[in-house]
Amino acid sequence: MTGEQVIFLIVGAVTLIAALLVVTVKDLVHAALWLVATLFGVAIIYTLLNAGFLAVVQVVVYIGAIAILFIFAVMLTRRQAADTGAALNQNWWAGALMAVLTFAGLAYLLQSWSGFSKQAAGIPSGFDAINQLGGALTSPLGYVLPFEVASVLLLAALVGAVYLAFNKK
Amino acid sequence: MIPLSWYLILAAGLFSIGLFGVLARRNAVAILLGVELMLNAVNINLVAFWRYGDISLMAGQVFAIIVFAVAAAEVAVGLALVISVYRRRNTVVAEELDLLKW
Repeated sequence: MTGEQVIFLIVGAVTLIAALLVVTVKDLVHAALWLVATLFGVAIIYTLLNAGFLAVVQVVVYIGAIAILFIFAVMLTRRQAADTGAALNQNWWAGALMAVLTFAGLAYLLQSWSGFSKQAAGIPSGFDAINQLGGALTSPLGYVLPFEVASVLLLAALVGAVYLAFNKK
Repeated sequence: MIPLSWYLILAAGLFSIGLFGVLARRNAVAILLGVELMLNAVNINLVAFWRYGDISLMAGQVFAIIVFAVAAAEVAVGLALVISVYRRRNTVVAEELDLLKW
């Protein structure tokens, strides 16, 4: 077993355990902090996949912005929500069954696929992933249209969030 | 080296855990936490297929970045909705918000 595999197994186990805690702990602030741990694990997975830029974006955008936004929302809606009643609803067993069935179905589908245990090809020397990514995002032959649509979506979300959360008295 | 299967199984596990969170949690904010887990699982898949496919085609990474943007928008609007609902109804428990149910 190579060092890379050991790192993957440790990070994967920590990520999955943290994710399980996100969906089961009662205190929502703790759940949000476990989400931060999960997101860090995913960032390390990106690094293992040679996607360093995405790992940085994961830390900055997901942990720096989204997770903090969650903590804000938990604190703004705290009084009743976090502390009264159970964390899970009465039909949680149906949800658990659904999740297990989804996992089993995905695993069955994947293991019947011929490329399932494919190995990664080596990265050619001089390959600059960030350069390629920037080119793909701004080239008219690449993905400039989805990129622009995403910026319009972000603007709409910004305006919508301000409008919804604005206290009109 | 790590085979592709490990990443796919990890992503499937993360997705299922997120699905459980969405289906089983009572608090609306916690449901959004489950959605975040599912989006991250999808992103792992996208990046893994980029790495194990033709590395010069950047579609996997580009889609992952678009998913980041969509996730940020979804969380901003979702949490604004939760806060707005909390102001009006003084609760964020999903099963108590049954105005449209009869």
